[in-house]
Amino acid sequence: MAWETIIGLEVHVQLATRSKMFCACPNVFGAPPNTLTCPVCLGLPGVLPALNKQAVLFAVKTAKALNAQVHPHSLFARKNYFYPDLPKGYQISQYEQPLATTGKLEIETPGGTKVIGITRLHLEEDAGKLVHEAEFTRAGVSYVDLNRAGVPLMEIVSEPEISTPEEAMAYLRALRELVRYLKVSDGNMEEGSLRCDANVSVRPEGSRTLGTKAELKNMNSIRFVGKALAYEVERQVRVLESGGKVAQETLLWSEKLEKTLPMRSKEEAHDYRYFPEPDILPLAIEGERIEALPELPWDKRARFKRVYALTDEESGILTEHPALAEFYEALVEAFPNPKTASNWILVELLKTFRPKMNRLDFFPAVSPKRVARVLSMIEDGIINQSTAKDLLARLLEEDFDPEAFVAQQGLGQISDEKALLAWIDELFERHPSQVNEYLDGKEKVFGFFVGQLMKMSQGKANPRLLNTLLKQRFDARKPAS
Amino acid sequence: MPNLPFLTLAELRSGYSRKEFQPSEVIEAHLKRIEALNPELNAYLEVFGDGARDRARALDKKLAQGGPLGPLFGVPLAVKDVLCVEGTKTTCGSKMLEPFIAPYDASCIRRLRDQGAVFLGKTNMDEFAMGSSTENSAFGPTRNPFGLERVPGGSSGGSAAAVAAHLCQAALGSDTGGSIRQPAAFCGIVGLKPTYGRVSRYGLVAFASSLDQIGPMTKTSEDAAILFWAIAGHDPKDMTSSTRPVPPLEALFGQDPRRFRLGLPKEYFVEGMDQEVRDALLATLAKLEGLGIQVEEVSLPHTPYATAVYYIIATSEASSNLARYDGVKYGFSAKHADSMLELYERTRAAGFGLEVKRRIMLGTYALSAGYYEAYFKKAAQVRRLILEDFTRAFEKVDAIVSPTTPTPPFLLGEKIEDPLTMYLSDIYTNALNLAGLPGMSLPIARTGDGLPVGMQIIAPAFMEERLFCLGRLIEELTNPPIQGVPFDQPIA
Ligand SMILES: [Zn+2]
Repeated sequence: MAWETIIGLEVHVQLATRSKMFCACPNVFGAPPNTLTCPVCLGLPGVLPALNKQAVLFAVKTAKALNAQVHPHSLFARKNYFYPDLPKGYQISQYEQPLATTGKLEIETPGGTKVIGITRLHLEEDAGKLVHEAEFTRAGVSYVDLNRAGVPLMEIVSEPEISTPEEAMAYLRALRELVRYLKVSDGNMEEGSLRCDANVSVRPEGSRTLGTKAELKNMNSIRFVGKALAYEVERQVRVLESGGKVAQETLLWSEKLEKTLPMRSKEEAHDYRYFPEPDILPLAIEGERIEALPELPWDKRARFKRVYALTDEESGILTEHPALAEFYEALVEAFPNPKTASNWILVELLKTFRPKMNRLDFFPAVSPKRVARVLSMIEDGIINQSTAKDLLARLLEEDFDPEAFVAQQGLGQISDEKALLAWIDELFERHPSQVNEYLDGKEKVFGFFVGQLMKMSQGKANPRLLNTLLKQRFDARKPAS
Repeated sequence: MPNLPFLTLAELRSGYSRKEFQPSEVIEAHLKRIEALNPELNAYLEVFGDGARDRARALDKKLAQGGPLGPLFGVPLAVKDVLCVEGTKTTCGSKMLEPFIAPYDASCIRRLRDQGAVFLGKTNMDEFAMGSSTENSAFGPTRNPFGLERVPGGSSGGSAAAVAAHLCQAALGSDTGGSIRQPAAFCGIVGLKPTYGRVSRYGLVAFASSLDQIGPMTKTSEDAAILFWAIAGHDPKDMTSSTRPVPPLEALFGQDPRRFRLGLPKEYFVEGMDQEVRDALLATLAKLEGLGIQVEEVSLPHTPYATAVYYIIATSEASSNLARYDGVKYGFSAKHADSMLELYERTRAAGFGLEVKRRIMLGTYALSAGYYEAYFKKAAQVRRLILEDFTRAFEKVDAIVSPTTPTPPFLLGEKIEDPLTMYLSDIYTNALNLAGLPGMSLPIARTGDGLPVGMQIIAPAFMEERLFCLGRLIEELTNPPIQGVPFDQPIA
């Protein structure tokens, strides 16, 4: 039997606001435990939340980019449950009347562009973290770190319209790219600033009824989401094909075991007793406060293809991070050969940029103007490709004036005919037998001379000119026919 | 030298400005009275003796230097133990918070401090402000100065008793369903619940967030106005606090109450209203009518639902607000728990008193899946109708008057075993919290047994000045407002 997969994703995006959602504590990652806390985020008796306006504006911006309907009035709610990482005993979230509903996100699939519906987008606060690591803990003791408690989160829930693990991965990549473009989050899954839960079920192809779904958690990278979903789909098909029933349960992805494992049922038997948060007045959003959206990734991609005549792949990579796209455009402006500029970025510079491109504040560590001048020097025959590569590598390390450096270090190509002819003559004198071999028709020997001459010029001979001159000299020795 | 603890705020201010006495003398006189009388009354849970003396000495210097003095300068205040005062215990009358020391000041405390007030100590209360008699305190009940065998009311019973017995010039209380007004009535003082949002709740340990308000408990309406004025206004730390400007202090007395039309809700005259209470109210209204004030009947048709709606909303919010007391971070924590769940269960079983546990259970139930629509949601709908009742009534009248409580102060132990009867102490007060309206209780009479009887005045939202103006007039009619106070002799 053929099976059809139905996946819906719930993504939590940590917002890159300066301070937390309801207090003035800094919103940063990696500080020593419990140093970024105050009475409010510790949930001390008597404190009240003061809503971070920036977080609201970030969520509205994202909702607009997702073409979602932003509601002029939305409500905060309390989600009640006990856990040591939840200082107030409830999480401030949104339940009835969320900030935005009914949006869409386009993803790229092998079959072309597909639109995935967005059910809702709402704001909530993050919880703290329990620390179980051996270095901190005695046996049987866990510690609570509340640095993360109260960090603003945006939850984005998709419609169950994702049909394969690959589509799920494409959806996450598109969402991550979007939040980076909007500068609302660094979208870094490894550090937990983008987290994903998945609801997945299968049903016989053509069936109209939905299968029983399982909820997957604990997938810490886009790749793990793909692996976990692929495993889970296969498991559910196996269960159904052997006549069994899929249980409605929450499963955790174990990367170590490469399988999904059921969570203990006690941990999921919650009645959250949602009710409107009385400490926060209903949120009123007025249209005029929303700043204009930047050019979104899909629009930028289309424009790069059209304006710079790039391939899908080239425009795709160059628009992965807004700072990279900006770098490319600045380079093309100073060096108006879009194709060559793209090649040099993709082949020479990208490998250095890549590791830092998962940061919101990523910025190419080299000035596009300097790169343009290096590329222009190739075009003008001043330097050759291998010198250019060395120069770019150096420019990534430190800033300097490439032309002055080339002149100073004598890195320029030798295009001086006299000098080149002198070297040719010297070489002919040292290797008369090879000269004769060439003249006898063994044209392979030509390469030997080029190699020797490059060595003599320390790689700086202008290769095109060298070829021409070498041919001229051989022609001169050929007996007149 | 006048008998310092018996002064009003206005008298204190003029004494200071004429340099008849200085803050340390005022503070010392109060501390002496507290030392002598508190063991019997149990109004204060903690007294900041040396802290208050140090602060008073600093203010002495300021007084000597000269310059303008604000109305709160050198005023000795008592603070209900539900408000955070930096560096001091904030127990909320509960074993749960017995070890808790607040690391910050409530916003109203900060404001009063900045204006030169001196805090004498923290006063007793029903645990987490849940109760009407202060018998639910984990630290023993407070006694009513008008009859030591009687309750002072609650939950702000400690503050009310402290003001009535002159153990402070004025006090702060909190009111969720009547917790300022009912003890004010029982102790023969003035108690104001401001409009919801008029005073920042930041630093007030929450009972029911949509109902709680901090307010003054004082000897006179004028004192209530001064203390109200000092703590009112927007606070960015409390999103529910209003940005509406606070009128200048003089404007709080700027209306002529003789031109007011007063409404008397017919639904309030029900079985259970004590005859003496009823007579005292009607006699006061007759005096007002004698001055040309019109009194007419108004209708608040949803009154019979108010107590039920109140207990559903208050307990629902409380069940969530009190979830943070889990033994993990601060306060009481049960020993020898073998698991996380056991820690929660044992901490909460041993840390909370009976009434608090009862209300957490009620609220948890009302919010549970399958009951939310029938209880919480329905209550929220009826709450809106209760507000509309008042809105309609205020189209006809400037203020509404009623008894504060159906009965005079009852005996210690009389109702503690019967929570439903105890809940009826709130019937004239809790609707205002549901509607967010300001209300003030002031003493109008004594019963034959010499027990105080209070009258409640209700105004439209943010119209507190009507309460002060009318209050001052009534005080003139029933002058002197506080007579026959026990412990009225100066302490040597
Ligand atoms: Zn904080």
